This record gives sequence, structure tokens and C-alpha cells, in this order.
Amino acid sequence: MSEAGGAARGKQEFEDGLEKGDASVAAFESHEKTVLDRLQHFLHGNPTMVPVIVLLLSIAVFGFVAGGNFFSAFNLSLVMQQVSIIGILAAAQSLVILTAGIDLSVGASMVLVSVIMGNLAVKMGFPAPLAIGVGFVCGMLAGTLNGFLVTRVKLPPFIVTLGTWNIFFALNLWLSGAQSIRSQDIDATAPLLKWFGESIRIGGAQFTYGSILMVLIFAVLWYVLNRTAWGRHVYAVGDDKEAAELSGIRTNRTLVQVYAVAGLVCAIGAWASIGRVGSVSPQSFQEANLQSITAVVIGGISLFGGRGSIVGPLVGALIVGVFNSGLRLAGVDVLWQVFAIGWLTIIAVALDQWIRKVSA
Amino acid sequence: MSTEPILTARGLVKHYGRVVALNQADFDLYPGEILAVIGDNGAGKSTLIKAISGAIHPDEGEIRLDGEPIHFRSPLEAREAGIETVYQTLALSPALSIADNMFLGREIRKSGFMGRWFRSLDREAMERIAREKLSDLGLMTIQNISQAVETLSGGQRQGVAVARAAAFGSKVIIMDEPTAALGVKESRRVLDLIQDVRSRGMPIVLISHNMPHVFEVADRIHVHRLGRRLCVIDPKDYTMSDAVAFMTGAKEPPAEALAA
Ligand SMILES: Nc1ncnc2c1ncn2[C@@H]1O[C@H](COP(=O)(O)OP(=O)(O)OP(=O)(O)O)[C@@H](O)[C@H]1O
Ligand SMILES: [Mg+2]
Repeated sequence: MSEAGGAARGKQEFEDGLEKGDASVAAFESHEKTVLDRLQHFLHGNPTMVPVIVLLLSIAVFGFVAGGNFFSAFNLSLVMQQVSIIGILAAAQSLVILTAGIDLSVGASMVLVSVIMGNLAVKMGFPAPLAIGVGFVCGMLAGTLNGFLVTRVKLPPFIVTLGTWNIFFALNLWLSGAQSIRSQDIDATAPLLKWFGESIRIGGAQFTYGSILMVLIFAVLWYVLNRTAWGRHVYAVGDDKEAAELSGIRTNRTLVQVYAVAGLVCAIGAWASIGRVGSVSPQSFQEANLQSITAVVIGGISLFGGRGSIVGPLVGALIVGVFNSGLRLAGVDVLWQVFAIGWLTIIAVALDQWIRKVSA
Repeated sequence: MSTEPILTARGLVKHYGRVVALNQADFDLYPGEILAVIGDNGAGKSTLIKAISGAIHPDEGEIRLDGEPIHFRSPLEAREAGIETVYQTLALSPALSIADNMFLGREIRKSGFMGRWFRSLDREAMERIAREKLSDLGLMTIQNISQAVETLSGGQRQGVAVARAAAFGSKVIIMDEPTAALGVKESRRVLDLIQDVRSRGMPIVLISHNMPHVFEVADRIHVHRLGRRLCVIDPKDYTMSDAVAFMTGAKEPPAEALAA
């Protein structure tokens, strides 16, 4: 050991024992653990396993209850198609929730952007690619507005996005006059808007471009969150904003970027939603907002920020789809689908709390 | 001292509501020295170093690095100027891995196509360097470099924060109670490390309540009291009980120390 201090200074006597001490790495007798403890630890390390298990279980149960139809490749690809928009919104929502925020405006900003695209391309006769591009920019601006209000004006994300949800919805009704743009009119002037409604067949399954887009968006976000510095910063900001700032991250800039990217993802979802519905409908997707939050929460992303994998919400969206589809095939009234999703959300949050209490 | 100080502060004032955390505080750090900062709880030591490292903005006063006035708007700017800080709160992200934490905000990208066009992180390089830095500190009781920081013990976390600062500091390293949670052996490693860093010519600011540690390594001791610098003493000229007496106000500091 180096002795850089002066003559009188140096190590203290009681430290002599160090030299003779055992230098080996600490090893602990692992004390007896209950099965529950083990499970808690396992889930803490692999938070995405919960939704995966729930998805497999629900597929099995509904396959049993609803009969053979449920298992058909066609039905399962239909589930994907049905959740594609909720899934895309859930991807946007995940980014915001990872930063310990929440974005209640995702649904409204998506519908607003779809109305903007429709108005420009169909009613005003602009080229479809331009209309889509303008829509993307508007989506990003909507997200940036949220991010600005959260970071600069320092308002809680819940309040900010509750406000912008209503603002976007009002703008949407104003721009659309509460009127849908009909499918035939889109076909006649700007069929590109409905491109994501087309599909390819693989075996018995039929995948719309929209469902493929959903998976692609999740894949890209997975890469960005796990393999780039920006992704690590998103987690750090959600985990402990002050610590992130002290360790040299521009936390407010990261937050604004997160809301802007979420807005862009919603805008991409807007394009896909026109293909999904077949028309531009200002009154559509009213319930998609909360379903997207449900998918994120079921997917194991913590509402407290900084924890969870982006794969989870994809699985979460599929769970929502499987529940809806399975209950419908089993002939259960639609109100019980809503009932079941409500419970699923509460149970998922309770599970998240339990997993987070794991003793290190 | 004949040389010019590398880092100085004059007349720093910081209010938190009605609490005066800094009251006309001065500060001097000379090249290549270990400066200890001691003082009672709440004396304003952490506030002082936060003002220096850009974490807070003083209401009044001037800070100079190498003679140039500086106004850090964020810890990032201080870091870019070569000032690395171990905060009392450690400033680690609990859910991120050890390697992620060490490289937070200065990640290494892959060199090839993936790094340039897809900004892909070079995880292997970061993990290797993180492991090296931790073993330098003797903290290899950490078995898995990719384990989350929240699964580490308090002392291990402190070790990660110290290793991070030591690895990246290029001009000044500031440590706010770096050994508070450490065991005897680990504290010894940190003290060795501090002396290593000094032997590389880099000055260190060490805030500590541990008088034996302070008297062992410090070249000068800055005594902080009631939000300001009371005096600066040479540890060879005073005993630990003198220092404690100055710190608590039990004894008036000598005139020549006041001038320092
Ligand atoms: N963020 C804050 N908000 C309000 N008051 C604060 C804040 N930070 C520090 N203070 C106050 O400023 C004073 C100085 O605090 P500081 O943390 O600098 O003390 P310290 O010398 O580091 O103490 P310790 O030895 O306990 O770490 C204290 O009275 C404290 O209550
Ligand atoms: Mg302190």
C-alpha cells in the first residue's frame, strides 16, 4: 500500500489486521427461501416474464373455452390486427411512462393527426405524401408542447396531458366539423392514406401492414432504448431525475425529446389508423387511450418510471386483444370484456408493487 | 503558497428560502494538493461544492478555474471542464447497471458502421473499463458488472461513485464524504486512491467527518462554519482536537490561519 502521507501520518494501527485478512470475495450461504421469494426475485430480474406468462395462459384458457376457432392462425393474426393501433399508442405511452410521466393525450393527438392528414389530402387536394409528412410534424409538435409544459412550466404530466387531450380533441372536432371522411373519397383521391390496411397472407394467417408496423415500431424502440445512449438516458431520467442531472444528463432536453418522439409515434399510428378503420373518423378510438395505458401497465412497465422492458407493452397489447377476442368468441357480452380489462390493469399494478418490494 | 490556485471562489452566497446555506464563503484549491473540508452538519459544505460543480447556482459570488471566471449552468458543464464530483447522495441511477452508471452521459459508441450510423453502444468496452476501474478500488466483491446498482450494498454503491469520478476526472476531483459508508478495508482503498490521484498531479477536495482520515491525507484543511470558511490550517501544525474546536466554535482560530 502506498504511503504518500508525511512521517507522522499514515495508516492507523487498527488497520494492521487488513494485511493478514482474508482477501477473498464475500460468499454468502444462501438462506432457505420460500417459493414465493424465489418467484419475486425472478420476476424482479425479468419483469417481462409476467405478461408473457399471462399471455400464454390466457391463450390456453380461451382456446379451451372458446373452442378450436380461437387457435386458428387466422384468428390469432386477427387479434394482432385488432390491437395494432392500441399497440402503437402503447409504444408511445411506454416512452413517457418510462420517464415517470403519463401521456393522456396519445389517443387525441393520433385522431387529430389523422384528421389533418385526411383534410390535406382528400379535402384540399395536397399530395398524400405531403399530407402525411405534415401530419408527422404536427404529431411531433403536439408532443413537444407536452414536453415543454412539463419541463419548462414544470407542471405534472398528468395535468398537462389531461389539458392537451381536451385541446387536441376540440381541434379535431373543429377541423373535421365532426364529420368522417368516407372510404370512397379516400380511395378516389389519396389511397396511400389507407396503405396500412393492406395485408399479406402467410399460411392461414393474414397480417395487415398495420400489424407489421406495430411490431416494427416496438423493434426500433427496443433497439433505441437498449442499445443507444439516449435510451439509457431515458431510463436514468425516469429512475431518479436529480441523480441523472448530477451525473451529467440534460434531463429536461431528454424529457422534451421523449414527448416529441411519443408524438411522432402517435402520428405514425394516425396513418395506420386510417388504414385500420378505412376512413378518417374524428369520433374513433375514444377508448384507445386508456387501453394503451392498460397495455403498458400489464406489460410490466412501472408507473413510477425507469423500470420495465419495451417488449412488455407489446405483449400487454396482445393480452388485451386475446381477452377481447376470446370473450367474444365465447359469446360473452362486451361489457364483461371491459370488466375483465379493468381488473387486469389493477392486478398488474398490484403485481408491480409487489415485485418492486423485493429485498436486494 | 507561491503558485496560483487552480480553483477559487469568492463571496459565495446561497439562500434556501430563509436558510442561509452559504454566507460569503471563500474557497481556494491549489494544484496537486489534497484539500480537506471539514465542518459541522449543516455548515454548508455540500452546498459549497455543489456551487463549484454546477449543481446549484449561487445567488452571489464568483468562481474561477485557472484564473478564468466560470458560470456552470449544469453539472455537465463542470464535468466537461474536467471537474468530477462524488456527491453525498452519490447520484447513481438505481435501476441501471454498474457499467451504465459509470458511463452515464459519456457512453462509448461502437467504432464501425453500427456505431456511426445507428449510434450503437460498445457495451463490451464499457463493461471492461468499468470492471478495471472497480478492481483498482479493490471492489471486486462485485461479481457482475451488469447488475443493477440498487442490488449493491451501500458501501459498494459508494465505491462505484468514487470509481466513476476517479476514472474521468481530468482537472479536479471533489468527493463529498466518500468513505461514509465504507468498511475499513474499502476506506483504506479510497484513501490510497486519493493519494494516487494526487501523485498524478491532480488536486482533490475531500469532505469528511473522519478526522483521522483527514489528518492522514490532507495537505491543508479548510474549516467551514456557519456557511463560510472560518480558517485554513496545516494538519502538521494542529491536532485533531484543535480542528474540532475551531469547527464547533469552542476555540478561536489563530490569526495567521484566518488570513490564509
Ligand atoms: N435543497 C435544499 N433545500 C433547502 N435547504 C437546504 C437544501 N440543501 C441544503 N439546505 C440547507 O443548507 C444548509 C447547509 O447544508 P449542507 O448540505 O451544505 O450542509 P453540510 O455541511 O454538507 O452538512 P453535512 O455534514 O450534514 O453533509 C443546511 O441548513 C440545510 O438545511
Ligand atoms: Mg453534506
